[in-house]
Amino acid sequence: MDLSTRIGAVTLPSPVLTASGCGGSGRELAQFTDLARLGAFVTCSVMMQPRAGRPTPRIAETPSGVLNAMGLPGPGVDSFLARDLPWLSGQDVRTVVSVAGNTPGEFGEVARRLADSPLASAITGVEVNVACPNAEDRGRMFAASPSAAAAVVRVVRGAIHRDTPVLAKLSPDVTDIGTIALACADAGVTGLSLINTMSGLAIDPHTLRPALTGVSGGLSGPALRPVALRCVYQVHAALPEMPIVGGGGVATGRDALEFIVAGASAVSVGTTLLHDPSAPQRILRELEDALSAHGIARLADAVGLAHRAAAAVPPQIVRALEEPIKELK
Amino acid sequence: MLTVRQVAAYHAMTLVAPAVAEKFRPGQFVALAVGGEHTSLLARRCFPVYEVKSDYGGTVEFVFEVNDPGTEWLASRRSRDGLDVIGPLGRPFPLPRDPASCLLVGGAHGSSGLFSLADALRRRDCQVHFVLGAPRAHEVFGARSAQRIGDSATVVTRDGSLGASGTIPDVLPRIMEETGSDVVYAAGPTALLSSVGSVCAAMGVPCQVSMGEWLARTAACGIGVCQSCVLPVIGDDGHTRMVRACAEGPVLRGERVRWADLGTIPLDALGGPRAPLTAPEPAS
Repeated sequence: MDLSTRIGAVTLPSPVLTASGCGGSGRELAQFTDLARLGAFVTCSVMMQPRAGRPTPRIAETPSGVLNAMGLPGPGVDSFLARDLPWLSGQDVRTVVSVAGNTPGEFGEVARRLADSPLASAITGVEVNVACPNAEDRGRMFAASPSAAAAVVRVVRGAIHRDTPVLAKLSPDVTDIGTIALACADAGVTGLSLINTMSGLAIDPHTLRPALTGVSGGLSGPALRPVALRCVYQVHAALPEMPIVGGGGVATGRDALEFIVAGASAVSVGTTLLHDPSAPQRILRELEDALSAHGIARLADAVGLAHRAAAAVPPQIVRALEEPIKELK
Repeated sequence: MLTVRQVAAYHAMTLVAPAVAEKFRPGQFVALAVGGEHTSLLARRCFPVYEVKSDYGGTVEFVFEVNDPGTEWLASRRSRDGLDVIGPLGRPFPLPRDPASCLLVGGAHGSSGLFSLADALRRRDCQVHFVLGAPRAHEVFGARSAQRIGDSATVVTRDGSLGASGTIPDVLPRIMEETGSDVVYAAGPTALLSSVGSVCAAMGVPCQVSMGEWLARTAACGIGVCQSCVLPVIGDDGHTRMVRACAEGPVLRGERVRWADLGTIPLDALGGPRAPLTAPEPAS
């Protein structure tokens, strides 16, 4: 079974990545899952300055998901480069560094620090977290505007070595994610990470007030999966050559396969890590089983399969599709 | 899973988990997945361990309060049901190097996390005194055990339905003096830990607090990845950082916790609103 996948100039031996913000610094997760066997470990978003984030409560459990308003806590780029990246590179982990900023200039500065670091070669890719508020646009998130998203991609792309993939992680909270994706493609993005969390609200049943200090928060987990699949499908249809890292409630190999056939070249596991930190290995194993059950020998052959006419899909899938149709008659 | 039984106002669950039992040190906790294989409840529930035993290769017991659908599900488990448990997790209680007079303060079922500590202290020839308290008699956990194994045991309830009437902070200074406490260990509701922290600070007695309730209320993963359970703590270098109750705790030095600022990001915390822009190196 060939499970390798390509994101621009980089070939990953496995299509299962962690999602930004869900794997800590890597050290915590390493006790439960072999980071070297991940397609890549995606870091928490790195910003210029250390940030404490929002006060607790900043995570609330919701049906089949969690709502978070963390406020992008992190040690800042200097501490990341001094403490976290050296550890990750010592573990032989392919590392995708998520970057964030309050302004396009700050994104660029973080990216430059990464590129100028002696450990730049330990960075497999950079993910641009455009779903954070733009201080220059009254706090509206970059990902809500094609031009703002593109501006951030352009400045990060310009700072990072051209062989290092730059991914943009888009928000589903937009009128048309396809337009944002096209703008990022024009700005030179290597691939897209779909999707970031979706804005939501939870009420504390005891206090009858918003459960989070941030009032609203980002919804993640299986509750989000159909939205994420729709975004992946829609963007793959618009940009069939664009590598997509699909994620949103991936908890099993079957979930991963759904993202792959919708058009993703890789998947990210996020909220599931909170519930089951050893999930990535299991998901990879289950994905392999699911692919072979469908008679697919190479992961790459399954990418975007859902977009092809039924006649072109292997017979096993056709049979599965026919059953509900019979019932309808 | 071996048994779940009702103890006073709480449930006590015993798991056969040899790997957890073997590595456990007093003060550590376990993180359980709830709701079964296709659960819609994704956050892990974190509970300080009450007791480990060598029966069945190694068992782990913890005490919990049923207060949400996840703990309801746990309470309805039957013998031989499988459970997904991670542990032992977190920073254990540090033990005195030399024999000392130790006061163990437990509020409500938080006291369940103190009995394994009492055993460890006894093995080091320490004196072990207990103060247990709760609003009402059936909310006190372990009063009889405390009387059996402690050099002394004081029980207080707010309504006087068990032991003296009052609250733990009312009686604490007197008991600390009478027992000549060299160190105080406390576990229970966060508000109690805060009071114990200030009494100990005023009397110059070191105290170690176990943030069990904070963890139960705010933790989602139990292993340090989600950063949900943070609280402001002053480090060795004097700088305040937001630390994770699950990873840097659950046992913290009482005098280092910024009790008045819980549930906030203090202005001067590292990465806080008015913090200096240079990052001091975190203490190792």
